[in-house]
Amino acid sequence: MIVVFDVFLLTLLLITAFAIVQTPNLFVAVMLTGIFSLLLASNFFLLDAADVALTEAAVGAGISTVLFLGALALTAEREAAPSSNRAIALLAVSVTVVAIIYATFDKPRFADPGAPVHQHVAPWYLEKTREAVDIPNVVTAVLGSFRGYDTLGEVFVVYTAGIGVLFLLGKNTSRRQDDLDDAPLGLRHYLIPRMVGRMLIPFILLFGLYVQFHGEYGPGGGFQAGALVAAAIILYALLEGENRALRVLPRGLLKGLIAGGALLYGAVGVVGMLLGGKFLDYSLLSSNPVQGQQIGILLIEAGVGITVTGVLLSIFHAFATRGKF
Amino acid sequence: MLETLLDILSWLLLSAGGLFVFVGGVGALRMPDLYTRMHAASVTDSIAPILIIAGIMLQAGLSLASIKLAAILLFLLLTGPTASNALASAALLAGHFPEHAKPLDGESKQ
Repeated sequence: MIVVFDVFLLTLLLITAFAIVQTPNLFVAVMLTGIFSLLLASNFFLLDAADVALTEAAVGAGISTVLFLGALALTAEREAAPSSNRAIALLAVSVTVVAIIYATFDKPRFADPGAPVHQHVAPWYLEKTREAVDIPNVVTAVLGSFRGYDTLGEVFVVYTAGIGVLFLLGKNTSRRQDDLDDAPLGLRHYLIPRMVGRMLIPFILLFGLYVQFHGEYGPGGGFQAGALVAAAIILYALLEGENRALRVLPRGLLKGLIAGGALLYGAVGVVGMLLGGKFLDYSLLSSNPVQGQQIGILLIEAGVGITVTGVLLSIFHAFATRGKF
Repeated sequence: MLETLLDILSWLLLSAGGLFVFVGGVGALRMPDLYTRMHAASVTDSIAPILIIAGIMLQAGLSLASIKLAAILLFLLLTGPTASNALASAALLAGHFPEHAKPLDGESKQ
C-alpha cells in the first residue's frame, strides 16, 4: 500500500523537476524548488528517515527558499537567454543519465534486507546503541557518537560555507546601517502578518529548542534546530526590518556563533583527549561511560545547532542588506 | 462497537477533508483571476485541515499524538489565513486589481 504513495510522490517530484527546468521565470522556479524539497521530505518520511525529512523540510523548503528569494532580489526575475552550446550540454547530460541508469542495475532491490547497507555496520550500531549510549534514537547515536568525526566534518563544511559567503557578500555596510530603519511601504497591509508573526516567533524558538534537546529521543538534533531558530529570527527580520534583527543578534555575535559552535564541538573532542582517551571519545566525560556518551552528544549537538544558526543568519543578512542598495 | 463508530466517523471526516482539498485544487486551477483562485485555494488551509486533523485525532485517541496534532492544527489555522492575507495585500500593493472591480476609494485610476 505504501508503495502507491511512494510512486505518487516520486511522480510529483519528477513533474516538479521538469517544471523547474522549463519555467523561464526564476521566481516561479524558486517556489517550485521549495515544493520539490517538501515532496522530497515526504518521501524521506515514507522511507522512515524522519530525521532527514525534518532537515529537508526545515532547510530545503524553508530556509533555502528564503535565501533564493534574497538572491533573486539582487538579480533579474527572468532567466537569461540560453547559450548556444546546448548540443554539448545535452550530450553531457545524456551520457551522465545513461551511466547513472546503468549503475542502478547493480543496486539491491528496494527494501531488500540482504542489501549491503543493512549487513555492513548497521546491525552493529543497532546492537551497540542500547549498551554504549542508551538513547532511543539510533540516528542521533550514530550521528553524534559512532560517526562523530563525520559530523564534525559536516559542521566544518557548514562553517566553511558561511565564511565563504561572508567573504563574497558580507562587505562592511556599517555606514549605511541608519538607512535600513525603513518604514515598510503601506504598513496597514502588513499589520496582520506582523501581529501573527510576533505571536508565533516565541513558539518557533521554543520548538527549535525542543527539536535541539529532544534529538536523543525523537527525530531532531542540531542541524534541524539550527534551521528552525534561524527561521524564527529571519521571520523577525522580515516583519520588523533588518536593523531590528541585527540589534537582537549583531553581526559580531553571529560570527562568534559560527566559530563558537564549531569550537565547542572540537573542544569536546579535545577534552576527551585531555582526559586520557581518544579524540571525540565521550565516555570519559563522566564517571559513568554511558552518561558520558549522553553528555558528549548533548554538547556536540549544541555546537552543531549554534554553528548552523549563525551561518544561516549570516548568509541571510549578507543577501538581505545588499538587496537594499 | 464504539471503536467501529469512531472509525466510521474518522473515515467520514478524512474523506470530507480530502474532498475539500480536491475542491480547493480544482478551484485554484479553474477560477479566472488571482483573488478568486486564492478564495478557492484558501479552502485547503482552513476547513480541510480541521476535518483531516480531527479525523486523524480520532484515530490517535487520547494520547500525546493528539495534543501534537491539535498544536499543528492551531498553527495551520493561524498561518494559513495570514499567508492568504499577506499574498492578497501584496498583490493589491503591486497594482493587481480584481477583474470587474471598482477602484478603491477612487484613489486609483484603473
